[in-house]
Amino acid sequence: MNLFDLPLKVVNIGLESFYESLQDQDVICAHVVWKPIAGGDLRLAAILDVLNQ
Amino acid sequence: MKEIIQLANQKAVTKLKNAQPFWVDVTTAHEGIGLDKHTLLHSGSPITWERMCGPMKGAVIAALKYEDLATTDEEALKLASSGKIKFEPCHHYGCVGPMTGIISYSMPLIVVLNQENGNKAYSTFNEGAGDVLRFGAYGKNTIKRLKWIETVLAPAMKMVAYHSQGINLKVVIAQALNMGDELHMRNGASSTIFIKTILNHLVETCHDHQSLVDIIHFLTTNNDQFFLNFAMAASKSSADAAHNIEHSTMVTAIARNGVDIGIRVSSLGNQWFTAPAAEVEGLYFSGYGPKDANKDIGDSAIMETGGVGGFAMAAGAAIVRFLGAGTYQDALNHTRDMYEICISESESYTIPNLDFRGTPTGIDILKVVETGILPVINTAIASKEAGVGMIGAGISRAPMALFSQALYAYADKYKIMKS
Repeated sequence: MNLFDLPLKVVNIGLESFYESLQDQDVICAHVVWKPIAGGDLRLAAILDVLNQ
Repeated sequence: MKEIIQLANQKAVTKLKNAQPFWVDVTTAHEGIGLDKHTLLHSGSPITWERMCGPMKGAVIAALKYEDLATTDEEALKLASSGKIKFEPCHHYGCVGPMTGIISYSMPLIVVLNQENGNKAYSTFNEGAGDVLRFGAYGKNTIKRLKWIETVLAPAMKMVAYHSQGINLKVVIAQALNMGDELHMRNGASSTIFIKTILNHLVETCHDHQSLVDIIHFLTTNNDQFFLNFAMAASKSSADAAHNIEHSTMVTAIARNGVDIGIRVSSLGNQWFTAPAAEVEGLYFSGYGPKDANKDIGDSAIMETGGVGGFAMAAGAAIVRFLGAGTYQDALNHTRDMYEICISESESYTIPNLDFRGTPTGIDILKVVETGILPVINTAIASKEAGVGMIGAGISRAPMALFSQALYAYADKYKIMKS
């Protein structure tokens, strides 16, 4: 199967600018708002990890 | 640990949701909460005179003149900075005050009894719009209005409270949410319902014609936020019932003093977690802009603590433009985001535009830290200059630092790990 011969349907996770670029090129695209847990703060994430057990 | 926290939070949020706040009485700060003449209460977390913002200092001047502790502004300033006046948060006395939140010895207080739990909460009467103490005004007219509230309005309202045998505030709030109020920055419906509810009692008990004319004029002229203070005391009585539950990670107070914003958490006692107060993003009245604005101020974020205000933005379509909050879709998004950081949904407070879904209720510090979604607060924008008053309205966010501090304190208290 040749991916690039088919119409693209993209799910973008993370940087919104990637989604916007695809939108500008009329590519069907959904953006998922995602952030790492606790904004990437490892100490807070570790506490949350213990509390979630 | 997860199960212990879930059980604790269910207990806390049930207390918050099942509260039955009734307005039952009017008292004074010295009779009701034992305030002495040299103690002033203020909004937000603890703050010294030196660190207070302009509007709060203005309100302190007004209160000292109102109490006849000073006759001039200069005398009041000297006394306030002398160390002879003690400043304490309203929250430490079961009270809440909008904007500067200044409460002094002689001020009449609305008494709200949470009939489900038996605890009481208090607030002052809303002074209406204009040169009012809550925005830091301290001129003759401000003091005159406060004296009128003390000598005419409060005694009449006390009779209304007795004659009505208590007004169920939860019913008023629930109806108003279905009529376009979000109960923080829009109280047009709630004030109308409330006035309609008390009017017969007022007419039956207020026998002085001129007083009746003046009170009705006061209630119905430039006073659309009259009910806010009742709603705040209702929310405070509900949140206090949910405070001090072991292991609960639910927020039981959000409050701003114009310099700092603070939160309290159910299982963490009376400790405040604070950070610099946010700048409010919103729309300004003609002639004013961000450079004129004070930082976020007031105890009224107790409304968001209770699951309305910014959390019920989807119910308040009429307020969206006034707050400069974008489109109605943005309002829907605000409410939908708040579901992500709340423990539960209200059964009593519903949002017609979300097919009567209950408002998001009970902010969980764990969910805020985990998702990075910050509680949204609808608010008035005060001028940073005392006495100028309200210069706009908008939205602020409770910053992440509050919730990360609280989480570290929680981990420390329950010996989760070395933080």
